[in-house]
Amino acid sequence: MPKVTLIEFNGTDHTIDAETGKSLMMNAIDNGIPGIDADCGGACACGTCHVFVEQKWFDATGESNPLEDSMLSMRPDREEVSRLSCQIEITDAMDGMVVRMPEYQM
Amino acid sequence: MNQIADMPDAVETPLDQIDFSDPRLLKDDSWHEYFARLRDESPVHYQAESPFGPFWSITRFEDIVAVDSNFQDFSSEPTIIIGEVGEEIPAEMFIAMDPPKHDVQRKAVQGVVAPKNLEEMEGLIRTRVQEALDDLPVGETFDWVEKVSINITTQMLATLFGFPFEDRAKLTYWSDIAAAGPQMTGGDIDPQERFDGLMECLATFTQLWHDRKAQNDDGFDLISMLQRDPATADMVDRPMEYMGNLLLLIVGGNDTTRNSMTGGVLALNQNPAEYDKLRADQSLIPSMVSEIIRWQTPLAHMRRRATRDIEFGGQQIKKDDKVVMWYMSGNRDERSIENANEFIIDRANPRHHIAFGFGIHRCMGNRLAEMQLRILWEEIMLRFSHIEVMGEPTRVNSNFVKGYETLPVRVHPL
Ligand code: FES
Repeated sequence: MPKVTLIEFNGTDHTIDAETGKSLMMNAIDNGIPGIDADCGGACACGTCHVFVEQKWFDATGESNPLEDSMLSMRPDREEVSRLSCQIEITDAMDGMVVRMPEYQM
Repeated sequence: MNQIADMPDAVETPLDQIDFSDPRLLKDDSWHEYFARLRDESPVHYQAESPFGPFWSITRFEDIVAVDSNFQDFSSEPTIIIGEVGEEIPAEMFIAMDPPKHDVQRKAVQGVVAPKNLEEMEGLIRTRVQEALDDLPVGETFDWVEKVSINITTQMLATLFGFPFEDRAKLTYWSDIAAAGPQMTGGDIDPQERFDGLMECLATFTQLWHDRKAQNDDGFDLISMLQRDPATADMVDRPMEYMGNLLLLIVGGNDTTRNSMTGGVLALNQNPAEYDKLRADQSLIPSMVSEIIRWQTPLAHMRRRATRDIEFGGQQIKKDDKVVMWYMSGNRDERSIENANEFIIDRANPRHHIAFGFGIHRCMGNRLAEMQLRILWEEIMLRFSHIEVMGEPTRVNSNFVKGYETLPVRVHPL
């Protein structure tokens, strides 16, 4: 089980044992991490599971698809390293990965 | 339109003899059984004839998510209601646009409802809600829709637009007529009245644009934001686009929250055990707010148009066919929501509903709507032990706006 750290906007961090094959969003929800709303339940259709992946881990999270890109493009706080956490599937290569959460989901 | 014959029996009638666009289904709140049948028997359903032409009905939650997030195959142009908007006012709004134009225009106004701005507005909203509630006539039966729901949403809209406060009733009027054309949603506004009203709306807002420009301050109202964004800075020179987007924001901010404000009172009265739960634990308000929005689903549908022949749900949808996603039905779909037909204020996953839509057109005012409802209920619970419904509500005659014209209530102070 790779360890993944999620850091809330206020700096509080949470390290979880993430389950591979499951999305980062589902892992966060299952571990009760605040800051990810995931209104659509992982359908890449709400944009409320936004995270910033720490630069050196960004490539490990894989490519985003065009739908994810359109959803992200409506976020005023989008950065280069923005991803929707429901579109990141946890792999063993992500052991030690750090992601930050935005100030708000909208 | 088709107000002559009685509605066909919901259980016995063959599905192809039922008109699912008939506004009476919402007006009489009789839609539940009809749409439950569609979900079970024909979830992707073709209706060959209706006063609005032929269309597909999509009624299951998962299918709605699939259509809503596939903007390539299911276009939002030219409009997002079952009917046609008519040629006389060719208003253009970003909800009825596809990318890339949609994204540019939406982004220009999105910031007004960013949570940072909302926080700043919270105090103001709370003061206004307090004033409205403190003015209610205790011991008398009165209309909740007029005295609370319309009153509060209109004040909020005036604030968002920087609209002259004393004229704010006009915003409600324009919102009402914008979406009430008979050929659009089955409403009953006279076309000439609608035309005149919307022209007045455009003239008023054009004046407001120029006045605001002359003031040249950094307001955080919507008009100032449009003026600041390079993509929309000269929108006033494209009147139909300007009006379209104004109407979108007026209707989007008006019909929706207003009807959820009324729907919540009704739902709690129909479910007294839930009202007890709320009285015992007011920290349930945020999850109740999501549940109210799901239960009410103030906009019944959104329409798309197929951009190519496509197989969907085992059916052959043809290029240019109208595809109607019935949000209110998706929100009652037991396949995706446990006990979907019950009102449960502490349900496990209350944000998992479809009332805001999904995908790139998902409601941009969702957090503002939730905040207004949360404040309303926080302030209600500080004042009243019970808001008692005194009679049946009257509902809006429309297949699009699922809402209330009146709801007689009495308030009982703590
Ligand atoms: S959970 Fe909705 S987009 Fe990720």
